[in-house]
Amino acid sequence: MTEVEKRKVKTNRIGLSMVDYKGAPSTLCAGCGHDAVSSQIVKAFYEMGVDPYRVVKMSGIGCSSKTPAYFLGKSHGFNSVHGRMPSVATGAVVANRKLICIGVSGDGDTASIGLGQFCHMLRRNIPMVYVLENNGVYGLTKGQFSATADMGARLKGGSINELPPIDMCKLAIEMGCSYVGRSFAADPKQVVSLLKGALSHRGTAVLDILSPCVTFNDHEASTKSYRWGKEHEELLHSIDFVPHFDQLPETEYDEGESRDVELHDGSWLRLRKVGKDYDPTSNAQAFKMLRETREAHEFLTGLIYIDEGAEGFIERLKLVKEPLATLPEQVIKPGPEILEELMKEMM
Amino acid sequence: MKVAELESKEVSGEISDIVNDFSIQVATVNGSGSQSSNNVLMKSIFHMGIPVSGKNLFPSNIAGLPTWFTIRASRAGFVARKKEIDVLVAMNGQTANEDVMQLDPDRVVVYEEKLRLAELRDDLVYYPVPFNDLAQEIVEDSRLRRLVANMVYVGSVAEILSIPLTKVEEAIEDWFSTKKRAVELNIEAARLGAKYVRGNLIKKDPFRLEPMDRTNGKIIIDGNSASALGSFFAGVSVMTWYPITPSSSLAEKLIEVLNRYRIDPETGEASFAIVQAEDELAALGVALGAGWAGARSMTATSGPGISLMAEFAGFGYFAEIPCVIFDVQRIGPSTGLPTRTSQGDILSLYFLSHGDTKHIVLIPGDMKECFEMGYQAFDLAERFQQPVIVATDLDLGMNNWMADPFNYPETPLDRGKVLTAEELERIGEFARYKDLEGDGIPYRTLPNTENPLAAYFTRGSGHDEKAAYSERPDDYQKQMDRLLQKLETAKQHIPQPIVRTVEGVTRGIIAYGSSHPAVEESLIQLRNEYAIEFHYLRIRALPFTAPLEAFLGSCQRVYVVEQNRDGQMADLLRMEFAEQAGKIRKIRHYDGLPIDARFITDQVVEQELTKKNDEEQS
Repeated sequence: MTEVEKRKVKTNRIGLSMVDYKGAPSTLCAGCGHDAVSSQIVKAFYEMGVDPYRVVKMSGIGCSSKTPAYFLGKSHGFNSVHGRMPSVATGAVVANRKLICIGVSGDGDTASIGLGQFCHMLRRNIPMVYVLENNGVYGLTKGQFSATADMGARLKGGSINELPPIDMCKLAIEMGCSYVGRSFAADPKQVVSLLKGALSHRGTAVLDILSPCVTFNDHEASTKSYRWGKEHEELLHSIDFVPHFDQLPETEYDEGESRDVELHDGSWLRLRKVGKDYDPTSNAQAFKMLRETREAHEFLTGLIYIDEGAEGFIERLKLVKEPLATLPEQVIKPGPEILEELMKEMM
Repeated sequence: MKVAELESKEVSGEISDIVNDFSIQVATVNGSGSQSSNNVLMKSIFHMGIPVSGKNLFPSNIAGLPTWFTIRASRAGFVARKKEIDVLVAMNGQTANEDVMQLDPDRVVVYEEKLRLAELRDDLVYYPVPFNDLAQEIVEDSRLRRLVANMVYVGSVAEILSIPLTKVEEAIEDWFSTKKRAVELNIEAARLGAKYVRGNLIKKDPFRLEPMDRTNGKIIIDGNSASALGSFFAGVSVMTWYPITPSSSLAEKLIEVLNRYRIDPETGEASFAIVQAEDELAALGVALGAGWAGARSMTATSGPGISLMAEFAGFGYFAEIPCVIFDVQRIGPSTGLPTRTSQGDILSLYFLSHGDTKHIVLIPGDMKECFEMGYQAFDLAERFQQPVIVATDLDLGMNNWMADPFNYPETPLDRGKVLTAEELERIGEFARYKDLEGDGIPYRTLPNTENPLAAYFTRGSGHDEKAAYSERPDDYQKQMDRLLQKLETAKQHIPQPIVRTVEGVTRGIIAYGSSHPAVEESLIQLRNEYAIEFHYLRIRALPFTAPLEAFLGSCQRVYVVEQNRDGQMADLLRMEFAEQAGKIRKIRHYDGLPIDARFITDQVVEQELTKKNDEEQS
């Protein structure tokens, strides 16, 4: 690249270009919702100017869990075992509190085999962005229902799901999650705003994203298809994200038309009213809305719940400021006088 | 007049004294505070300079079920379990009759008077003491009385066996330390028990303790504490666990010392993290995440936890992530007997997980090794970038053993092959799973390393040298062969077996872990009573190494002593050294109680005789 060409490349606030946030080419099916989400992850990290060296990408097993290979190639990745990503992520962020952790999982990985770890991650409020790419179906094993599939949903082959779905947003709020969003892979603007907000949040941020499986669950009768999503999506609000390094614009909206939520790192989410009133800081409203939309077969997206006061796990552990992983030997290995003292007590 | 003096006056010369070589069993009710009194009795004997060990046989129960504590005093320094009980202290009506009926003739029973045990047999020496009534003299509260009654027995037993009351008082002060009221009350109780014996009973038995000087500078410790201290001095920074008997006290001891020494007194900040996980799967997941990110991490568990950890253990092996797993074995299968000891996890541990998986397993045989291997496991885990398992058991882990004080590990921590940003800059390339030095060990980088070369993708799926996903047959095979090469290299770094050979002998004994003290004692029995001598090899780690193969080669017949039903180590030896398989004979102890020397001696003699008969007949 010549000097002239170099100057043409757009860079972010830490001097990196969008390319620096890309990963290996995807091996998922063409049109897969997950690839759309990966693109927004690249965009969000680029636009936020996150240092890729500080990022760790975690996942479990399944199509969604393959995606960390397809974004942020300069970041360490950890594709763990099925349903157990939360525990590995917990260990990593505890060992190095400077890490910025993003986890990608699917509905099988989270809502079935990993339900226990998902709940305990939320209970601890582990600092990480947890993206749930939800398509209601097991893709890699060729199209079985998952635990988020709607009751009565039909597979291409004709089989009908006879069990009720687990609403992962409702569960997340119940487990104490302090940042819960629902979105749609075909709504990139909202996905990227929610992702940026999640990156600015201190504890676990869960994004339940309808991410259609074009091969096994995108047919006419599906309730997890692109078409269904497009026909049913209603916005709770429109979301503008204002990063901490930018000025929050003066509000031009009438009282009650817009709500600004300050995030932990000083960034803001500006939520503009589009329909009904909705207060994302009220978990009572969140539960009510989730119940009503479930009953009405509606698909409301946006920031469902946020609590910026919740204490994160690292703060709770009262860890030293430096990462445990790189503490020097003289800090972690006690001296001989301590051994002597302990031995004396046992004589 | 002291009972000892009475005895010299009144007992005829036909009974010779048995001094500093017998066992005391205290039968109490679980949750009755007997732990304090048992410990005080043991420590009193220890402070007399007499080698001592204490074994707790307890139920899986919080309170109410029977529990037995056995103290062995051994002037020769034997610390293994002694099956035969010489002095029974019967405090528990639930088991008293059965306990008495199991004694050999001429043994001693010290008992709560109300139990009227003397009617059961007429070939024992009985000392009835009204423990509860005596306790009532000093405390009115009935719950407290039960606790104090236990210390009354300590005073009585001390008097009967000639333990100076000053030693008992010292031990009480140590045990209750800052709790002043408890110290006073318990000293009063012990004195009362002793006084009653002095005034009301006449010594009629030969068992007696005499001061020695064999415990000077020694410590009494349990293996779980020793392992916890090993981990502590290894600089463990992330400890994650799910409570399970008999490993919980390892985690709890570690938490205690970390809280004591690794919280900055000024800032209140901790240089460590404890995560009590939701289950053992998560516990190992957290430990692997932390090990991957560069912290020294560990978890402690027992059999059922090991089963749950299997998938992650294989992940750690294949993705090459350091962490340490302590398995304090209890008896299985399934829930098994949660409070009984076993060496039944050996095969599970070595091959833990599906696919071709082989782990480094360290097997301590005494307190010193629980400490040292607890320390060394972290070096090995980071050197070889894989989970390292330390296999102890309930007998080592939860019982009280006499040991020399531990030596401070002077060697610096071995943090293994980790590349920094500067080193990457200098080298200019990085392939996570490439063997650069022929030892099978690749280099790794930690997250948050500021160099564009540092990042790699960790996965449990097939990968090539650069950690990229690969299903290519040659990539897979190459990685699997390298892992085997790594294990080969590890053979030079893991603890080697300890071998003791005897001139002109053709038979050998192999043992490991907590069987060691019983084997040592059995070897002396076999020599003194049967005039048979053996080479002895103690396995201290898996995989097997060259000295073991040489040992098998040098013997015509080898007995493998272990505490499981199937003879798992013997089978592993037969598998790995097939040409020697015919020499290997099994001695298996698996009733959940710690193995004892007499069992081994009887088994060896029986098998030797059978073998001899077979040879004569053929």
